[in-house]
Amino acid sequence: MLTFIIRRLIGAVLTLLVVSMITFGIFYLIPRWAGGSAESLATRYVGRTANPEQVQAAVKALGLDQPIYLQYWNWVKSIFAGADFNTGTSIEHCPAPCLGYSFIGRNPVWPDLLDRLPVTTSLAFGAAIIWLISGVAIGVLSALRRGSFFDRAAMGVALGGVSLPIFWTGIICLVIFSYGLGWTAPGGAYTPIEQNPGLWAYDLILPWITLALLFSAAYARLTRAGMLETMGEDFIRTARAKGLEEHTVVTRHGLRAALTPIVTIFGLDVGLLLGGAILTESTFSLPGLGKYAIDGIVANDMPKVMGVTLLAAFFVVIANLIVDLLYAVIDPRVRLG
Amino acid sequence: MKRRLVVGVAAGVALALGLSACGGGTSSSNNQGGSSGNANAPAFNAAVGKVFNPSDKKGGTMKFAISSDWDSTDPGDTYYGLSWNLVRLYTRALTMFKVVPGTGSQELVGDLAEGLGESSNGGKTWTYKLRQGLKFEDGTPITAKDVEYAVSRSLEKGTLVNGPFYFNDFLDLKGYKGPYSSKGQDNPAIDTPDDHTIVFKLKKAYGSFDYFAMLPSTAPVPQGKDTGVKYKEHPVSSGPYMFQSYSAGKAFTLVRNPNWDQATDPNRKALPDQYDVTIGANADDIDNQLIAGSYQVDLAGTGVQPAALSRVLGDPNLKARADNPGSARLWYTAINPEVAPLNNIECRKAVMFAADKTLYQQAYGGPLAGGEIASNLLPPIIPGHQKLSVYPPGQDNKGDVAAAKDALQKCGQPSGFSTNLSYRAERPKEKATAEALQQSLGRVGIKLTLKAFPTGDYLALYAGKPSYANGNKLGLMVYGWAADWNDGFGFLSQIIDSRTIRASGGNSNLSVHVPEVDKMIDQAVAETDADKRNQQWSAIDKRVMEEAVVLPGVWAKSVTLRGTQATNVFVNEAFGQYDYMAMGLQ
Repeated sequence: MLTFIIRRLIGAVLTLLVVSMITFGIFYLIPRWAGGSAESLATRYVGRTANPEQVQAAVKALGLDQPIYLQYWNWVKSIFAGADFNTGTSIEHCPAPCLGYSFIGRNPVWPDLLDRLPVTTSLAFGAAIIWLISGVAIGVLSALRRGSFFDRAAMGVALGGVSLPIFWTGIICLVIFSYGLGWTAPGGAYTPIEQNPGLWAYDLILPWITLALLFSAAYARLTRAGMLETMGEDFIRTARAKGLEEHTVVTRHGLRAALTPIVTIFGLDVGLLLGGAILTESTFSLPGLGKYAIDGIVANDMPKVMGVTLLAAFFVVIANLIVDLLYAVIDPRVRLG
Repeated sequence: MKRRLVVGVAAGVALALGLSACGGGTSSSNNQGGSSGNANAPAFNAAVGKVFNPSDKKGGTMKFAISSDWDSTDPGDTYYGLSWNLVRLYTRALTMFKVVPGTGSQELVGDLAEGLGESSNGGKTWTYKLRQGLKFEDGTPITAKDVEYAVSRSLEKGTLVNGPFYFNDFLDLKGYKGPYSSKGQDNPAIDTPDDHTIVFKLKKAYGSFDYFAMLPSTAPVPQGKDTGVKYKEHPVSSGPYMFQSYSAGKAFTLVRNPNWDQATDPNRKALPDQYDVTIGANADDIDNQLIAGSYQVDLAGTGVQPAALSRVLGDPNLKARADNPGSARLWYTAINPEVAPLNNIECRKAVMFAADKTLYQQAYGGPLAGGEIASNLLPPIIPGHQKLSVYPPGQDNKGDVAAAKDALQKCGQPSGFSTNLSYRAERPKEKATAEALQQSLGRVGIKLTLKAFPTGDYLALYAGKPSYANGNKLGLMVYGWAADWNDGFGFLSQIIDSRTIRASGGNSNLSVHVPEVDKMIDQAVAETDADKRNQQWSAIDKRVMEEAVVLPGVWAKSVTLRGTQATNVFVNEAFGQYDYMAMGLQ
């Protein structure tokens, strides 16, 4: 078990390295291949009416004139050893893991990421719990009442939920439930959980439900398919023949066997979501990692993009690790290693 | 069974769409579409040229929101119009535009200074006297040295990269680079003979230096509290409000500055107790919240999104809360005289005659949300503006095909010619403009090949780089420009002065190299009489138009919404936006 975990962690570090190299490469090499230079890259980070001296100063300040591998190496070094930064009036030291300073606004990236992480984790975990419970429950009931009106209606609504784009459902839900009926909080409202847990949940209930609508469809269908397959197995018949109650048969014997693919997908989904639920955060104006990523991409702000990409990759890798560990718990036939 | 399910889902979706259409209407309850006589009754354009809902009531929290962040809250490091508007809440510059609706706001008055500057030495030296009793938020007195330091630090374009260049270009710096690069040195271009007097010395005469004195770069900064790039997190306030909290890219809050003395400030009413600014909110959501009343102002000031526009204009209650301000912005297409056959003025005239300006206007959103069809460069809001008629596109603005064909004959291309047109790929309005021009010029045989370029590099690498534009035969280049302040120099200086053109790229002047125009600019710059100066700028406008190197499209307008609880709402024409400093709450 321990060797398994250590091997996976080493693999995780390698994955992060490769992801960061690819992101760095995309950011720097593609403009070069399109005929750009360090100066043309730097013009995005200076003011409206920059003259050539100012562009040169930006090139030097951002290190854009150095060879790419050197810039990458400096960035990796800063993660472990921190970096120094000239604010104009003083030299500031940003401690490890220093993910650099954003090109636009020169804010340090790591504190920004930490600041936005709670918003994204609140959004992701809250929605995840809702869609897991609702998706699995609906899937199980649909499987048990296969062919009934409930089954058809549930699968139909699920199809609608996964097909409607979130940037539309989000705005519509806000207009109806927040501004029209006044039941939920307006867009942009977010209270940290340590300040007021009740208000935190109230602010996020609409984004949670809207986001969950998107995912629970897939989970319902997956659970339904898995349950249908499992409930037809021989051991279910045996369990019933032994005289077990129906709900024990369904949950402890049926659902448990059907859960493996659901756990896989769940791990991946939550991992990806932690990297930034970009559309949901943009629609509900939540200042999370997804919004941060979009801001960075639109402004060509490489350190921001690198920071979020690395963090997102980290979450996906860790989520996969946890999912693999859970297999051993759920399915005794699986042996790790 | 399956069919019933599909019908059921379709009905459900239709119901949801229907609900959304009447979603926001229930909350705007207190609006009657009243007549324009009563200043308190909501009416369309009630805040343009006059004050809507005048009030002196103090108190409340003003909620502002904006969908994308601007460059910086540091007064020495910002170039956005909305920022220059907002910054007056927590800083005071030497001069400021008069805080009144209509053309009165073209006038400059003293803010930190008692009055306008005194020029001497033929307009090369400018002296300002500061008011008495001015204090920073921590109680320390504001002196002329703080203003000098503020201007000096704004010269450091290597650190504070965003702000305007006017002080760098005009002050007689003698090699001085700023307090970070030239540590310990004194700025030779600025003298402070006593705590209340500041003297600026210029390289060349500039008659309207009071506009430079209006720039937020002159807002005082205490040297001991300057943190360079980090100063924006808490600029030390010289205005009625100060920063309580700041979260980069997310939000900030301003509260009252206890050390601001109303007696020293005849320009500000300072009505709300607090300002909450939310940054990065969803643009459509901002419109919905504006309508519902939880936000009072969309700081961007460029109008409601297309989704809300039809709702606002279609609902009489909402339209009564809307205004249609113009701003000092021109959307235009540059005609490149370096690309054959546009090197012949008659071919350029053909382009000017043939263009259908009504399509150009439609591309930008029509007469309300897009703007007024432009006949020349200077927008109506700029003093000295005149509506000219140089190479007009027909009486109905749909293009004068006969005159265009005639011009084509004269330039030796009777059946037309081919050239390329560039536009910025991420701007759908520019794409629509490109297609409109392709269509209208095609009528006389001018075939356009449309080329899209990324916005970020448009000036640096493509349209704004002469070697690329000329080498790749970009005959027409779609662009737009807004004034730094409302006068001829503030609008035109960077787009028609041929001496600003750099071979390395990054030019805003895409097509104007007329030596006569450069001479006229120098004359206007040195002129100290405002009326004469405005006439000279209008003459420059005419001369550029006659050269047929700019096809003016639209003078921009926007449809903006007033908040439900806002008082003292009016469009400050200096910014083309609501005056963010003057508003209060009901």
